[in-house]
Amino acid sequence: MRFATGLIAAAFAAGAFATAGWSAELKVGVMAEPNSMDPHYHTLTPNISMAAAVFERLVEHDETQNKIPGLAESWKQLAPNVWEFKLRKGVKWHDGSPFTAADVVFTYGRAGNVPNSPSSYGLYTKVVKEFEVVDDHTIRFKTAGPFPLMPDYASQIFVISKKNGEGATTQDYNSGKAMVGTGPYKFVEWVPGNHIAYAKNADFHGNKPEWDKVTVRPITNDSARVAALLAGDVDFIDFPSTVDIASLRKNPKINLSQVQSTRMIYLHLDSNRDKSPFVFDLNGQPLDKNPLKDARVRKALSLAINRQAIAERTMEGLSVPAGQYMPSNVYGTAPDLKPDPFDVKKAKELLAEAGYPNGFAVTVHGPNDRYVNDEKVTQAVAQMLTRAGIKADVVTMPSATFFQKSSALEYSVMLLGWAVGYADPSNPLRALLQTYNKATGAGATNRGRYSNPALDAKIDAALNAPTREEWAKLTQEATRIAVADTAIVPLHFQVNVWAMRKGLTYAARADEYTLIQSVRTAK
Amino acid sequence: MLVFLIRRLSQSLVVLLVMSFLVFVGVFAIGDPVELLVSPDADQFERARVIRDLGLDRPLWEQYGVFLLQSLKGDLGNSFVFNQPALQLILERMPATLELAFAAVIIAIVIGIPLGMVAGLRPHAWYSRMIMSVSILGFSLPTFWVGLMMIMLFAVMLGWLPASGRGETVDLLGVPVSFLSEDGLRHLLLPAINLALFKVSLVIRLTRAGMRENMLMDYVKFAYAKGLSHGRVIFVHVLKNILVPIVTVVGLELGNVIAFAVVTESIFAWPGMGKLLIDSIYRLDRPIVVAYLMITVLMFILINLIVDILYSVLDPRVRIADVKS
Repeated sequence: MRFATGLIAAAFAAGAFATAGWSAELKVGVMAEPNSMDPHYHTLTPNISMAAAVFERLVEHDETQNKIPGLAESWKQLAPNVWEFKLRKGVKWHDGSPFTAADVVFTYGRAGNVPNSPSSYGLYTKVVKEFEVVDDHTIRFKTAGPFPLMPDYASQIFVISKKNGEGATTQDYNSGKAMVGTGPYKFVEWVPGNHIAYAKNADFHGNKPEWDKVTVRPITNDSARVAALLAGDVDFIDFPSTVDIASLRKNPKINLSQVQSTRMIYLHLDSNRDKSPFVFDLNGQPLDKNPLKDARVRKALSLAINRQAIAERTMEGLSVPAGQYMPSNVYGTAPDLKPDPFDVKKAKELLAEAGYPNGFAVTVHGPNDRYVNDEKVTQAVAQMLTRAGIKADVVTMPSATFFQKSSALEYSVMLLGWAVGYADPSNPLRALLQTYNKATGAGATNRGRYSNPALDAKIDAALNAPTREEWAKLTQEATRIAVADTAIVPLHFQVNVWAMRKGLTYAARADEYTLIQSVRTAK
Repeated sequence: MLVFLIRRLSQSLVVLLVMSFLVFVGVFAIGDPVELLVSPDADQFERARVIRDLGLDRPLWEQYGVFLLQSLKGDLGNSFVFNQPALQLILERMPATLELAFAAVIIAIVIGIPLGMVAGLRPHAWYSRMIMSVSILGFSLPTFWVGLMMIMLFAVMLGWLPASGRGETVDLLGVPVSFLSEDGLRHLLLPAINLALFKVSLVIRLTRAGMRENMLMDYVKFAYAKGLSHGRVIFVHVLKNILVPIVTVVGLELGNVIAFAVVTESIFAWPGMGKLLIDSIYRLDRPIVVAYLMITVLMFILINLIVDILYSVLDPRVRIADVKS
């Protein structure tokens, strides 16, 4: 497959390819197809990307994850548990009816209650206990306790029209009947597996949409997607595979657009049990003590990894070494935290200090179809660990199997990734590192069951902070505690790439969304 | 005939039952769909809700029992991923796959039989040797590689044909088909040829072998002795005799092509049901996988039935009643 891909790419570079005619139609090829048009059915990246052309949210994110006004012009925290959103005036739904606060209340009633949702927006709506509609364009959200993350949560919910949404089912969205939004494009049709079609909404209140017609086709095979672009079948594609990037870059007829993602790739370590299933002594016998419980050993693992080499060779330049859990430009991170240096000598010293002068053996488990080059990254990590004295074997498998087993605590060292649709640095802290607690919902994805009471308290304080500023300060402190203890080993942030024919531009997004409204002709 | 049909159908039911059970247990053993469905930042309550909504909190035997009861009513369950009836999702995508499969089989027959006959009649001629060599390539080159090469050559370098997708469709008796529009045909050509390559080679070899065997037989000598023309001997008498094995194999291959055109469908982004199956396996969408394989089994049973009936038409010595399943 690799060979064929290379050849295809070479053929491009050699020249000869048909350019699509200039027209106000945009054809897009995407890696993954939504599983529904219903904007509240599934919190899934392809669904969100496609819904964002038709629907809008109160708060939007620009491509570098700054919050910008969406359907709300402004928002402010009136009290620790009250947020007020001033809604944009003069916004019309695609059917011509006006957008008001009643639509927002209706949206919040539906978003968390879609029957059989495989992953519900209730995560972001259930925190709102009460709505106060001050007037048609002012609405207040009240929560049970202080809630500093309200703008983040509001940035996840697509607002739907009460008039068209009342009684509508997921099927009514799939068929287009209820697909009435306020966004830059109107929904035309969805033929599952084949295409989604949109038409321009000339009355859009924001940045005017450029294309009269947009067709989005799922082309899941990486080589086929690149070929479709080179053949001129489509004008724009998302996520070309890393092996094709170099030749696409050389091709004079192709533009690339890339940006550092908020998706962090990291190692989760089984750090709370006295015995861990895949940690052995050098003879392959199970150890009676779990070395991963020791912060010095975890630090040694981190120091043993040459993140720069992974970025340059394994990822072909498409990753940025990570020293914390969100890129440092995000509000609430600690900008001065740098990735751990590559220092084998120090790693060996720490191992000796922890009582493992000759090292030990582990098996590193990872998925092979989930993250960019995940299998190769897992192998590279294992080689680096072995060089520092931690003899590492690699086992990779399809995500269908991997995620179940890693959630069932069957592994010791796991390669995983983390990203959320809004840049919130307290989110990975709570989901990945807080002590697992079924009753409170903390540590839901803590696959290493890391547990640190000081960190737990700090995260709780942050999430209950009375103001955003307080939240940011506490989140920063919590991040420092976790990083100092090497709670997990962050490896890198992926780099997201989009490719398009010359003459187009795309504002590459850190959140991985492929937004048709952001594809524009170059000025 | 009636006894034959009843026996066939009862056997099919057993096959369906066993297969659905195996798939059920198999998908259960691979992993947990909820891990793949829920948003990573979902808390434990949300995970519990999804598990409950999908009915995965119940023991496996109970889930299977519910499935069996429902399937008696023709309901094969709702997809975990799409929350739509699995059967409907598959049937929606079936026309695209059927069209591709029939196009491929027609290409295989139209190209394969004449070339095979030529190679069989003049086995030592240079062109016959060339046909046979090329057919080895058809057998041995992997489909995905040939597909990518064809895209590179015809779509990217020459720009004659589109690289992927299904193109414009026209409704024929309510079913969307693409072979009736020019745009649709252009889109159909490459994937159909790609899918047909292996079958062409197969048909060439079968035809050639049949030709060579039959040409030595007494009835051929007798026909020539009777003074029949060369054309009549070949096209009426010999062709009819060699068609029996070809029909069997092409029939079975048709089933294969329909059920497992996955590689071609994904390289050419052809919106058929093969791609749905693969995606569903990766996502552990059990209702779709089970429904798909049940449809496949039914289809094979049906095709075998048709092949057996065609047999008796082509070869009067075979009577339906004699054909043991």
